Amino acid sequence: MTAEAILETEGLTKEFRGFVAVRNVALRVEPNTIHALIGPNGAGKTTCFNLLTKFLTPSAGRIVFKGRDITAARPSDIARMGLVRSFQISAVFGHLTALENVRIALQRQRGQSFDFWRSERTLDRYNGRARELLEAVGLEDYADAQAVELPYGRKRALEIATTIALDPELMLLDEPMAGMGHEDVARIADLIRTVAKGRTVLMVEHNLGVVADLSDTITVLARGEVLAEGDYARVSADPAVRSAYMGTED
Amino acid sequence: MASATGQIGTAAAASRAPVHQYVAFAVMVLLLVAAPFAIYPIFIMKVLCFALFACAFNLLIGYVGLLSFGHAAFLGAAGYITGHAAKVWGLTPELAIVAGVATSAVLGLVVGALAIRRQGIYFAMITLALAQMLYFFCLQAPFTGGEDGIQAIPRGRLFGLIDLSDMMTLYVVVVIIFLAGFLLIYRTIHSPFGQVLKAIRENEPRAVSLGYDVDRYKLVAFVLSAALSGLAGATKVLVFQLASLTDVHWAMSGEVVLMALVGGLGTIFGPVAGAVVIISLQNYLAQLGAWVTVVQGVIFVLCVLAFRRGIMGELGRLLKRPF
Ligand SMILES: Nc1ncnc2c1ncn2[C@@H]1O[C@H](COP(=O)(O)OP(=O)(O)OP(=O)(O)O)[C@@H](O)[C@H]1O
Ligand SMILES: [Mg+2]
Repeated sequence: MTAEAILETEGLTKEFRGFVAVRNVALRVEPNTIHALIGPNGAGKTTCFNLLTKFLTPSAGRIVFKGRDITAARPSDIARMGLVRSFQISAVFGHLTALENVRIALQRQRGQSFDFWRSERTLDRYNGRARELLEAVGLEDYADAQAVELPYGRKRALEIATTIALDPELMLLDEPMAGMGHEDVARIADLIRTVAKGRTVLMVEHNLGVVADLSDTITVLARGEVLAEGDYARVSADPAVRSAYMGTED
Repeated sequence: MASATGQIGTAAAASRAPVHQYVAFAVMVLLLVAAPFAIYPIFIMKVLCFALFACAFNLLIGYVGLLSFGHAAFLGAAGYITGHAAKVWGLTPELAIVAGVATSAVLGLVVGALAIRRQGIYFAMITLALAQMLYFFCLQAPFTGGEDGIQAIPRGRLFGLIDLSDMMTLYVVVVIIFLAGFLLIYRTIHSPFGQVLKAIRENEPRAVSLGYDVDRYKLVAFVLSAALSGLAGATKVLVFQLASLTDVHWAMSGEVVLMALVGGLGTIFGPVAGAVVIISLQNYLAQLGAWVTVVQGVIFVLCVLAFRRGIMGELGRLLKRPF
């Protein structure tokens, strides 16, 4: 059973000065699935992502990615192993164009390159692929716009395009649809479904319609602990889940 | 916003070939050709050394977002080594400069390695602290001449052939050194490496999450900036035939911040403009004595309050083109 999970955690715990944000979480993400992590505000979802991508060091527990223990790895190493995240607060390179944003991800294929004497034109070979990716998220008309000028929903789309550009095996998306309009949500949902072919997606999302529609497995987190796990029908019927959501929703 | 341009390809090509920057560069070269006929060459050479220093500093603050408050260390250390190499070891000027630049690069590697793991104000404080340590070393070490500095440094013959005691020859050499340094910085900013630096400046966690080992990129940029500051310091020592404590003093670190700020952080030509303004002010206000510092303070406050983008930043905004 353990052999087939792409990502697995054991006893994952994070304590902030006595406050336990994530407690003893055992997560198991099967390859080639869309796995959703849901839960009320403050449940510890983003903290979980930060632990998985090593932006935070766990207080206890173990993380295994593709059969390798990555508990002590550095965040940039994790990304190069094929585990790439997006951020809850839209993370783009503001004063670079949309095209350049995507290209930053594409150019990493060149390895850690410190060639300060070479012309930027060496990067032009990535322009074609970058435009394809921008088109996939509906940003083809914004290729030369500065990312900072894009409306919020488009920034999120750009961030997803940048993440996909790395062709990650496992993509962690933290609320990819937050702040998006209706049309954008549908487009990004389609996009996630498309890119999930041949790879694995772990996503945090508050839009339960989207979650129900997209995900194969759902893990519900509340107060740092796993409350329930399973497909949508099973999780939504769970009384503990219902009361957790009732208790915090306004 | 450049939305719905339709012809994206041409727009990209336009942003790639910054014709106005070539024009600005040509104007700068023409001014450098004409200037020695109107202005005292030593003064122009002084400005050029500081302009290169400010450009090197701006590479860090403007394109990586790192505020070093100890950059005088690299200017001054290279100066002492170059001066010592030319005077005591009797090296030719180009080798003396290489020795100075290499010293600053190594120093940059050490300071950078210690400072880069810290963020924001802590980074600035560590660079300042290490630069102060170098200052006291230079004050005490026997070869630096203490308060007197190293005086009467021979300019020597470039490659053993070209006599630099001739003012116009020296001027041409200094202009070439400045332009070479300037172009190297320009190329760095517009290289694949420079793209990653800008990404780090814009959003460091995102650059990390894309797999970039940002500390190493910052360190390479830091060493590059230190080496180019060293080139400025080494050249300055040959021009003035003097290496002194002024160049390693913290006030010098402050001055380069001011130059970059007045000219425009993160602009190509800004640091050059900033150096022209600040050095000219110092020159013309010299008779005011201590008041120069007050005037500089006022300029600093004005920049921070009303003139944030600096000379070239504001110009770029007016003309809607980056300088
Ligand atoms: N760096 C930190 N220091 C202290 N407490 C933190 C830190 N980061 C998160 N927390 C706390 O941990 C808890 C979980 O936060 P987290 O951001 O993981 O929640 P979340 O499930 O992502 O919520 P949301 O749906 O609002 O994004 C919160 O109570 C938060 O205040
Ligand atoms: Mg969150």
